[in-house]
Amino acid sequence: MVEIKNLVKKYGNKYALDDISFTINSGEIVGFLGPNGAGKSTTMNIVTGYLASTSGTVVVDGKDILENALEAKKLIGYLPEQPPLYVDMTVQEYLDFVFELKGCTLNKAKHIDEICTITKITSVRERLIKNLSKGYKQRVGIAQALIGNPPIIIFDEPTVGLDPKQIIEVRNLIRNLGKTHTVILSTHILSEVQSVCNRIVVINNGKIVADEKTENLTKTITENLRYRVKVSGPQREVTQALRTIPGIVNVEALNERDADAFVYIVEGAPNVDIRKKLFRTLAAKDWPMLGLEAVGTDLEDIFIRLTDKTGKKKGE
Amino acid sequence: MLAIFKRELRSYFTTATGYIFLAISLALFGAILGATTLMNATSSTGTYFILVLIILAMILPILTMKSFSEEKRTKTEQLLLTAPVSIPRMVLGKYLAALTMYVIVVLASMLNYIPLYTYTVKDALSSTMPPNFVMILGSTIAILLVGMSFIAIGMFVSSLTENQFAAVVITFGILAALLCITIFNGYISSAAIRLILDWFSIYNRFYNFTYGLFDFGALIYYLSVSGVFVFLTIRVFESRRYR
Repeated sequence: MVEIKNLVKKYGNKYALDDISFTINSGEIVGFLGPNGAGKSTTMNIVTGYLASTSGTVVVDGKDILENALEAKKLIGYLPEQPPLYVDMTVQEYLDFVFELKGCTLNKAKHIDEICTITKITSVRERLIKNLSKGYKQRVGIAQALIGNPPIIIFDEPTVGLDPKQIIEVRNLIRNLGKTHTVILSTHILSEVQSVCNRIVVINNGKIVADEKTENLTKTITENLRYRVKVSGPQREVTQALRTIPGIVNVEALNERDADAFVYIVEGAPNVDIRKKLFRTLAAKDWPMLGLEAVGTDLEDIFIRLTDKTGKKKGE
Repeated sequence: MLAIFKRELRSYFTTATGYIFLAISLALFGAILGATTLMNATSSTGTYFILVLIILAMILPILTMKSFSEEKRTKTEQLLLTAPVSIPRMVLGKYLAALTMYVIVVLASMLNYIPLYTYTVKDALSSTMPPNFVMILGSTIAILLVGMSFIAIGMFVSSLTENQFAAVVITFGILAALLCITIFNGYISSAAIRLILDWFSIYNRFYNFTYGLFDFGALIYYLSVSGVFVFLTIRVFESRRYR
């Protein structure tokens, strides 16, 4: 559906994108993951035809984004990082404008009605965009991308700046859209791609460092993981008991205390899931486990792991 | 293209820009026509059109200041440039919208000629001097064409900056320079440079119209200036994608 080949983008002497290639198949929800400044927005802007690449090609359903630009652009709905809203228009006027701008041939009133229902903006249709909350603005931005029913929808950081409830709503919306569209979701939030996407492409410093199914990547990242455990019980005995569990290579007691509970950082050996053993051991001793959370799954860690991995592969 | 044209025209009236432009220009045109003809006991519109030319250089930049700089600042240009609309059509849509506003003003200001016809002006010898219709028509066409090129220049400047205020000031500077060439030219000794600068002078070419001479060379000149700057605006957008 979208074929990206050897994409290079230089700003002056700096490489924003350094030879990127990947293909997105029809019906996939692909997460495009990377820290700020990795080249995500640049890639999205090139794929949508807003920027031209220094070299390399983007082909959308057989149509080159530069040579056959108008045909290719018709297939893509795009929500840029900052929703492109004319704030002095009402939502209805704005969507009417986008409908005409895209030269749609569908039944206008019906199509816009449907999109407003999907994005839940029916109640604000007559309001000026500048008076809407950030969440509503974002949804109007999504509505704009959906107009004309493009088979491919590209979201660039769609949940930035939203409150937790709005984030969940937007994610659900994207997940639902993924049932009928090919979706590319660019983000720097790992949990977002984990919850929404079925494939993850990771980009760092203008290079692709991983391109895998979500399950596989999650597995790669979770191996040899450290956990933060909160146990109600005497600190010294608990520490010793934890050390005896096979598969645990390191236990460290922190000076954090919550009533009679202490916090420990527990590290398991590679490829061993220590969580069940942890629970059984503590339950047998009647030391209630009050909390268990994985540590070190932030994006920085993942990049270090992924770049290490590719580095090792090359070295072999 | 029609969608962009309609939205642009609408935006002149959802913001104050359109009203300010209409109010200032119509008030000035009316006052100046009154002052230069009726109050001066003449029906000759020569001075009026020269003053209109100078005023256009000051107020047309208001009309074009927003066209692209505002879109760039609010990132709405991303919508236009990723929509299935070619860059020339996008630029033309905006250009025609600004031009429409200007044509509305020029047409509305033509109502001012009615008193010129109804109050027949008598000269010192008490013979009536009806206004010269051909002269007025010729000058109006010239004013329209000059406006077209001013708008094209203003739009081009607007495509280069994100700052509306900078767009206004720079456009006004360029237009003022084009008008002032004639003044400075008197001080230049080299005939060759004078000839070249004269070619660029908007004022010299316009002057003939106010005497009732219809100069086709000037017509082509104004149309070319408009065409060149519309083309340059298109190039700005095409080349920006590669930067």
